[in-house]
Amino acid sequence: MAGTQYRGSEIKDVDQFLKDSAGLVSKREKEIGQHIGYRYDVNLVPDYDRITPFLKKYIEVMGWDDLNWLEDVHMGYEEGAPAVFDRNNNGWVRVPSSIDLPDNQQDRDMIARELLLKFQMSDRHPLVALRKAYMKF
Amino acid sequence: MAGVSDAELKKMTQEERVTALGMRTEQLTGKSLYIEFDPDATERFTYPWAPDVDFNKRIEVDTDNMTSTEVNAKIRGLMNEGYGTIVLKNPRGKHSIGVGILSRLNLIIEGSTGYFGVGLIDGPNVRITGRVGWSCGENMMSGTIVVEKNAGSTFGAAIRGGDLVCRGSVGSRTGIDMKGGTILVGGNTGALSGFMMQRGRMVVCGNAGKNLGDSMYDGTIYIGGTIQSLGVDAVKAELTDFDKKWLTRKLTQHGLMPEKGVDHFTKIVAGKQLWNYDNLEPTEKKIIL
Repeated sequence: MAGTQYRGSEIKDVDQFLKDSAGLVSKREKEIGQHIGYRYDVNLVPDYDRITPFLKKYIEVMGWDDLNWLEDVHMGYEEGAPAVFDRNNNGWVRVPSSIDLPDNQQDRDMIARELLLKFQMSDRHPLVALRKAYMKF
Repeated sequence: MAGVSDAELKKMTQEERVTALGMRTEQLTGKSLYIEFDPDATERFTYPWAPDVDFNKRIEVDTDNMTSTEVNAKIRGLMNEGYGTIVLKNPRGKHSIGVGILSRLNLIIEGSTGYFGVGLIDGPNVRITGRVGWSCGENMMSGTIVVEKNAGSTFGAAIRGGDLVCRGSVGSRTGIDMKGGTILVGGNTGALSGFMMQRGRMVVCGNAGKNLGDSMYDGTIYIGGTIQSLGVDAVKAELTDFDKKWLTRKLTQHGLMPEKGVDHFTKIVAGKQLWNYDNLEPTEKKIIL
């Protein structure tokens, strides 16, 4: 019966979805022509030894002891390009090609957190216009 | 949008605002959603509309004769006046208080809350000295909630981010449908905890009831005590050094670190046998498409 065992592929290389945008590795993925699952490890917890000064300052301003909600933010890969999922926008936001990607996921995740935070707090975020249109108070 | 001021928008009806902001004329057909980060974006730590509050500016509010709506309106008003630390006295189990706070704030609730307390928050640090009813921290986006005593069922339902802590024990269906964030429980948790969990982390220092992690799609559950039974597709996994490091950090941070450390914790993850992405056989897919 279909769906009774995990038949997706494992993530083995940090550049896997940059080299292979389709992500069809396992036999089943090739068969159905669709990548199964996420293109990054959603359960990867942050390595605080790699935190950036900007993120440290954010934690201090908010009065938190750690990255809080940003622990769930990772750099993902969409259509062969690095991107970050923005929950406030319900969509992917692309990482500009001018940004050099480190060779490990932990450092990439820290960059993703910085970029997402700056975008969410900026005036160009779609929530700003939506709030103006639909605010109740 | 550039030609309309905030003052002008406030005088308009919602329909007029939507039209004035160009949301009625936007061409959606054939448009792909493509946004790119601006690497030179200004560094800012709060939303553009967030009130500028000072943690050192403190006020106490006696909520004894106030309705939940009045309490929530009072909190918003005080934040607009710059108060960064607000103490609510005599909450007397009111439902839905402290909800929808979308900015940094220290909120201290001296007493117990009812259903759906401090839900839908995005940023504040909340401390509740008493107990909480059903669905505390429901749909929480970010921030920290610490409950000093026990919590009811569906603690942290559909939480998206942040730290939700209960120093005592919690009821059933803890973290149901959670999509991110961390739930920490100092005592025990009831049946069906982590039901339909999609991501995030749940840590229970005590025991777990029946059907732990039933139908979970992703995410991680750590249990320090016994597990009455695992739910469908919840499986044990190896506790890695990275897990131990993270657990030690998080539990110490909230004063919940067990004396015997974290090596005894059992890690539970999804077996991924319920994933539906792969349900259609290729032939069926061709027929449908």
